[in-house]
Amino acid sequence: MAEMKILTKFIDDPRSNELEFYESVHGYDGMKKALSIAPEEIIEIVKKSGLRGRGGAGFPTGLKWSFIPKDIPKPKYLICNADEGEPGTFKDRKLIENLPHQIIEGMVIGAKAIGANKGFFYIRGEFNKGIDSMQKAIDEAYAKGYLGKNILGSGFDFDLVLYAGAGAYICGEETALINSLEGRRGHPRLKPPFPAVSGLYRCPTVVNNVETFSTVPHILDKGADWYSKIGTEKSPGTRLFSVSGHVKKPGVYEIELGTPLLELVNDLCGGMLDDVPLKAVIPGGSSVPILTAEECKTANMDFESMAAHKTMLGSGAVIVIGEGTDLVETTYRFARFYAHESCGQCTPCREGTHWVRDLLHKIREGEGTSADLDLILSLARNMEGGTTICPLSDACVGAVRPTILKFKHEFEARLKDKAGKEEQIPAQTGV
Amino acid sequence: MSYQFSSQSVARLDKLLEMFPDKRSVILPGLYLLQKEQGYVDREGMEALADKIGSPISLAQVYGVATFYTLYNKKPVGKYHIQICGTSSCYMRGNDKLEKHICSRLGIEIGETTPDKKFTLEEVECLGACGYAPMVQINDAYYENLTFEKMDEILKDLT
Repeated sequence: MAEMKILTKFIDDPRSNELEFYESVHGYDGMKKALSIAPEEIIEIVKKSGLRGRGGAGFPTGLKWSFIPKDIPKPKYLICNADEGEPGTFKDRKLIENLPHQIIEGMVIGAKAIGANKGFFYIRGEFNKGIDSMQKAIDEAYAKGYLGKNILGSGFDFDLVLYAGAGAYICGEETALINSLEGRRGHPRLKPPFPAVSGLYRCPTVVNNVETFSTVPHILDKGADWYSKIGTEKSPGTRLFSVSGHVKKPGVYEIELGTPLLELVNDLCGGMLDDVPLKAVIPGGSSVPILTAEECKTANMDFESMAAHKTMLGSGAVIVIGEGTDLVETTYRFARFYAHESCGQCTPCREGTHWVRDLLHKIREGEGTSADLDLILSLARNMEGGTTICPLSDACVGAVRPTILKFKHEFEARLKDKAGKEEQIPAQTGV
Repeated sequence: MSYQFSSQSVARLDKLLEMFPDKRSVILPGLYLLQKEQGYVDREGMEALADKIGSPISLAQVYGVATFYTLYNKKPVGKYHIQICGTSSCYMRGNDKLEKHICSRLGIEIGETTPDKKFTLEEVECLGACGYAPMVQINDAYYENLTFEKMDEILKDLT
C-alpha cells in the first residue's frame, strides 16, 4: 500500500514552509475561492465534504461552524488548537513546521465562514521550531495581503495572533485553552454554554485542530464531492497518523481512512522493530482502549471500525507495542502522565488519577495485591461518564482499564511476586 | 529592589498589551519574557509584570498562573536545562536507559543541577516527539532518535 498524500503532498520539500513555494503548488487557491463566495456557502461545502475534526473527538467541522450565531453584535473569534500533547501524538508539529501557510489558509477560510475578524494560533510552548516557522509565515502572509485588512480586496478583515502555551496538556481541551488564552489557569469550563455561544472573552468562538484547518483549503479548492469520495462513507478523507513504538520506521503517515491497521504497521512502517511479534496497538493516542494483536487483524483506521472494536481513532496516534514489552510499566507511565496533567478542579480526576498511579506503582514494584487491582477498577467506575468537567479523567480510565482487563495475567503475575518480577523480560529498546 | 524588565522586553510588553482585547492575556507571554531574561520566574519579576499589566491584575493572579504551568521554572536552572521525556512511547524506545546514562555522565540524579551550574536534568511528561524517541529537550531545542553515543557528543559540545 502507499500513502495518499493530500495535506502532506509537499511536506518533504525543503522549501515547503515558504510562501513562494506554497503559492506555486496552488497554495491560497482555496482561500481565494472562499473569499469570493458567501459564508453560508463555505459552511455548506465543508458540511457536504463530511470532514470531521482531527483533534480527537471527530465532530463534524461544518456543523461546528454553523453553530456560531449570526446576528449578535459581539466579535467572533477563531482559534487554531496547536497544543499537541497527547502521548503518542506528533502529527500537528510536522504540519506546523513544514506547512504553516496551509494552516493560515484554512484559518482565513474558517474565519470568513463564521464572520471572525480576529484569530489566535495557540501553540504548545515547547514547539520552539514551530513557533518560529509559524510566526515567519504569519508575517509573510501579512506582507502579501493574505492577512490583515481587506484581504485581497475582498472587503474581509482577519488578524491572526500567535500565542504560545506553557506546558499544560489540559490546554488542548478547548475550554481550558480559552481560559489559558485569557491569561488564566488552564481550567476547563462547564458546558453549556458552549464556546460557539460564549467562548473567548465571552464571545462566540470556534476552536479547530491544526490538521482540520490544513484540510479545509483542499476541500474548497477541489470540492466537497471530490473529498467525500475518499475514505469511507462516515469517515471521509485522509488522515495523518503518527506512529510510534516498536516499528522499524516510526513517523507521520497520511493514509485514506478505512485502511487496515496492519497495512499501516507492516507496509508503511516497515513492520515490527527487530521482527518481534506484535503484542498490542493503542490506535488513537494514550487515552483510547488498547487492541490486542488478535483484534488488530480486523481493525481498520476509520471511525466506524474503531467504534466496532470499542476504541477510537482519537488524536491519530498509533502506538505499536511489541512482544516483551512490560505493560504494567507502560500503563503506570500513562497513569503518571494523567496524574501530572490533571488540572485539579474535579475530585474524581484530581484524586482518582493520582490514586490509580500510586496503585500501579505499588503493583509495578511487586508490592500490590489483588485488592489493589480491584480498587483500580472500582476507582475507574467513579472517574468516568460525566463525573468531571472535562474528559481527562475518562482519558486516564481509557489508558488503564482496558489494558488491565485484556492483559490481566500480566498484572496478576506482578502481585506480591518478587521472584516473578526478576523474570520480566526487559522492554524493547531502540538504544 | 524591584525587578526591572529590559527596554526591549518593555517594548514587547507594550506591543502585547495592544494585541489582546483583554490585557489579562498578557500574563502568559509576559512570564515567558521574564523567564527568557533571567532563566526562571520569581516573585520580584512577577510583581513587576503585574505592575506593568496594571489594575486589576495583581501579583496573586500572575503567581496563580505561573504555578499552574510547567514551562515556567520557579527556581533557577543550569545553563543547559535538559528535559528527558519519560512517557510510555519514549520508554518503549529506551528512555529509561538513556536517563541512567545521562545521570552517570553528569554525576547527578533527576531534578538536580551540576555543582558548576552548567546542567540541570529533569524528567518531564510527553514532549510530543514520540516517533523520534528517545529524545531530550535542551533549552529551546529538541534532540531526537538518541543513542548513548549521540548523547555523549551533544553533552561534549555544550560548553
